Amino acid sequence: MKLSRFIFSAVFLLGLGVTGAIWAEETTGSGVETAITAASETAEPATIQNLAQLVSQASEAAGTAQDSANWVWILLAAFLVMFMQPGFAMLEAGLTRSKNAGNIMMKNLMDFSIGSIAYFVLGFGIMFGADKLGLFGSDGFLLSGANTAGKEGMWQYAFWMFQVVFAATAATIVSGAMAERTKFIGYLVYSVCITMFIYPVVGHWIWGGGWLSTLKTPMVDFAGSTVVHSVGGWLALCGALVLGPRLGKYGPNGESKAILGHNLPLAALGVFILWFAWFGFNAGSTTEASQSIGLISVTTNLAAAAGAIGAMLTVWIKEKKPDPSMSLNGVLAGLVAITAGCANVSPGAAIAIGFLAGILVVFSVEFIDQVLHVDDPVGAISVHGVCGAWGTLAVGLFASKEFGGIAGLFNGGGMALLKSQLLGVVTVFAWCMVLGTLLFLAIKYTIGLRVSKEDELRGLDITEHGVESYGGFQIFTTD
Amino acid sequence: MKLIIAYIQPQRLTQIKEALVEAGICKMSVTNALGCGQQMGYEENYRGVKLSVNLLKKVRLEIAVNEEYLKKTVDIILDAANTGTIGDGKIFVLEMVECYRIRTREKGKAAIG
Repeated sequence: MKLSRFIFSAVFLLGLGVTGAIWAEETTGSGVETAITAASETAEPATIQNLAQLVSQASEAAGTAQDSANWVWILLAAFLVMFMQPGFAMLEAGLTRSKNAGNIMMKNLMDFSIGSIAYFVLGFGIMFGADKLGLFGSDGFLLSGANTAGKEGMWQYAFWMFQVVFAATAATIVSGAMAERTKFIGYLVYSVCITMFIYPVVGHWIWGGGWLSTLKTPMVDFAGSTVVHSVGGWLALCGALVLGPRLGKYGPNGESKAILGHNLPLAALGVFILWFAWFGFNAGSTTEASQSIGLISVTTNLAAAAGAIGAMLTVWIKEKKPDPSMSLNGVLAGLVAITAGCANVSPGAAIAIGFLAGILVVFSVEFIDQVLHVDDPVGAISVHGVCGAWGTLAVGLFASKEFGGIAGLFNGGGMALLKSQLLGVVTVFAWCMVLGTLLFLAIKYTIGLRVSKEDELRGLDITEHGVESYGGFQIFTTD
Repeated sequence: MKLIIAYIQPQRLTQIKEALVEAGICKMSVTNALGCGQQMGYEENYRGVKLSVNLLKKVRLEIAVNEEYLKKTVDIILDAANTGTIGDGKIFVLEMVECYRIRTREKGKAAIG
């Protein structure tokens, strides 16, 4: 009798242990097996005491397994997010002219490279260091909080790796809006500033224990619609404003002219890569191997799909044809919009958020181009700035207690969350616009932000980098 | 000796080539060209902005012929390139002064055929 009871308990506990682990099965298996072997040697007088010991050993094993799974998951997600860098590079190159493709590659390559170092030196500490006045962090610079001595110190390495790719994403968004006319050295200076200071401060407010995360109803920005995308989008707006439009973009009466991208398949590849990498961006933002990553992946995917459909239908009705580049922007609009609420809304709400983002992005691209006359070759301001703001506000509308523990306006939560979301959107907009404008003006009047007219016409590949992106190919160009 | 230069709709090239080869005219040069004429371009839409394309994609066909082949060649192109719409292209016939085949150093009529 006693033995069968023991076996039953052991099997039950083994089941518990396995459930606790998500990927690191081996660790769980061997840990629980050790526990069982140890207990079975003394199984004859299987007492309550033995079982208690067994429980603690099994839960310890499950804990170790959970830890391992956390490490694996956050790093796997970080590697996926790193791959957004080529995604953006392909998208931007595809939507601009062939004479600037190499320059776009260099910008995406170097903002990640420079950004990594800048975030290591200062950015991470400002974002996640000990809070000062709710505004910025003040320690952990140069990864000083990380060490190989224990779990906490080791975790810092993994956590930093996950955060640095986010910082680089925010930085690289801007490169598309400023494409085809920016002086390379000016862009490098901007890259340092955003990853070292502008982005980490916002990150601290919302993710690092700063004032927006300690409101009575804290702002919800799960994976960074505002922290990452709006910051990038608003800085892109500042950059494009200070730079001015590309030569030939607007006619003498202010009419907008189309400047065709040179490689639509490349742009589409970029968007597919971004969609893929976004699963790491959103689901990875749990920063632990929790079961909610399933839901988050579903909301992320549905919003992207609905965004593509929303944008395609809108442009189809408005312009009579389903424009590919606008539909591609629709995917990104949906993804950016769901990023804030991916863990807090139902799949149905995710479709609504993504679909509306898809519609919004078309109107926004046309408004920014044709009314504001701000030249954004890839639509970065609309996709990341505008849809980032929409997605953040949408959490205040669609959040549901059932999913993320907090309810928005449509689910009986009242205005409280929506107000916090709005406060976050507005203050981050103000912060980025003020600092961004100052930064780009400072660059403009010191080292220079824009290349000469002749250089712009010849293309930045030759004038800035001394190479051709398509050597050996005959490029048929008329502008 | 004449040089025939024809600007044609790109989508008609295969048809013209087949008709020419069938008639025993199988030496030609083909290049891409941009051009504008009566068709006056067309409008494209890119990211919500109207785009008027003035220079259209055409194909330029060059065929050197001896006199007896001139009419036949021109007729074939006139037939095969005709879609009945604006933008079908033009055929120019030029007097050719001399022709050499590089490999054999032949010249004149022999070099063409």
